[in-house]
Amino acid sequence: MTSTTKTLSLTGSKLVPTLFAAALGLVLITLTGHVQAAALHDAAHDVRHATGFPCH
Amino acid sequence: MISRFVTSALFAGAAAGLIAGLLQLVFVQPVLLHAELYESGELVHFGVEAVSAHPALPGFDPIRDGLSLIFTMLTYTGYALILVAAMSLGEERGAAANGRWGILWGVAGFVAFHLAPGFTLAPEVPGVAAADVGARQVWWFATVAAAALALWLLAFGQGWLAWAGAVLLLLAPHLIGAPEPAQFSGPVPTELGALFAARAFGVGLAAWVLLGSFAGYFWQREGARAA
Repeated sequence: MTSTTKTLSLTGSKLVPTLFAAALGLVLITLTGHVQAAALHDAAHDVRHATGFPCH
Repeated sequence: MISRFVTSALFAGAAAGLIAGLLQLVFVQPVLLHAELYESGELVHFGVEAVSAHPALPGFDPIRDGLSLIFTMLTYTGYALILVAAMSLGEERGAAANGRWGILWGVAGFVAFHLAPGFTLAPEVPGVAAADVGARQVWWFATVAAAALALWLLAFGQGWLAWAGAVLLLLAPHLIGAPEPAQFSGPVPTELGALFAARAFGVGLAAWVLLGSFAGYFWQREGARAA
């Protein structure tokens, strides 16, 4: 069936963007929530506490 | 294809993040500022003089609170990117991702990213005693990863083995335990700490439900546009 082949071909083309999106999201959360550099920590301080990240 | 992920995550993350940031400013920030008066020693819990539970708090600070809004939007955009990645994988396994089903995706995200780590490492009000931040971050990431995998197995796993594995993954971080300080020496009243944790969870749940719904909506809309 055409719908089946379409789903299967989508699987391959979707894998890279899926991984890319997940990795980008993880990097973003690490930067805003976890990196301990002073400037980042101070700017994000209240958010880290309010979002339940370990802060300091 | 990549633009579908990025566009829907940006719209959903910015919108849910803005609402989350505003809710935090109204409901969480006053508790945080109150606690900081104890953290800095300006107020003393069980000191010589009784202290009013309603001190004058610093009001809206454009720079500090503006930065908080920006960082909340960035954080929720990060969550949104992970969420649409999960939605994309879920769709291939027959799960729906749209504005309505997004609510369920959002609740799952809240459980993985807020409730699971916060169940043992409760949202910390400033001034609480805590173990080394690096150790807590490792535990936080491990717990979030375990909970996310567990929820995935519950939703998409087939058979008792997958479900038993999910239960084990949900329980393990809490049975092992999070890094704890040697002594509880925090100067902040327990009432403030409890209120802070409750508010952080409440705002987190509201924001995640919105994030899931928005992400599902934009994910479906962008998909329909591309097709």
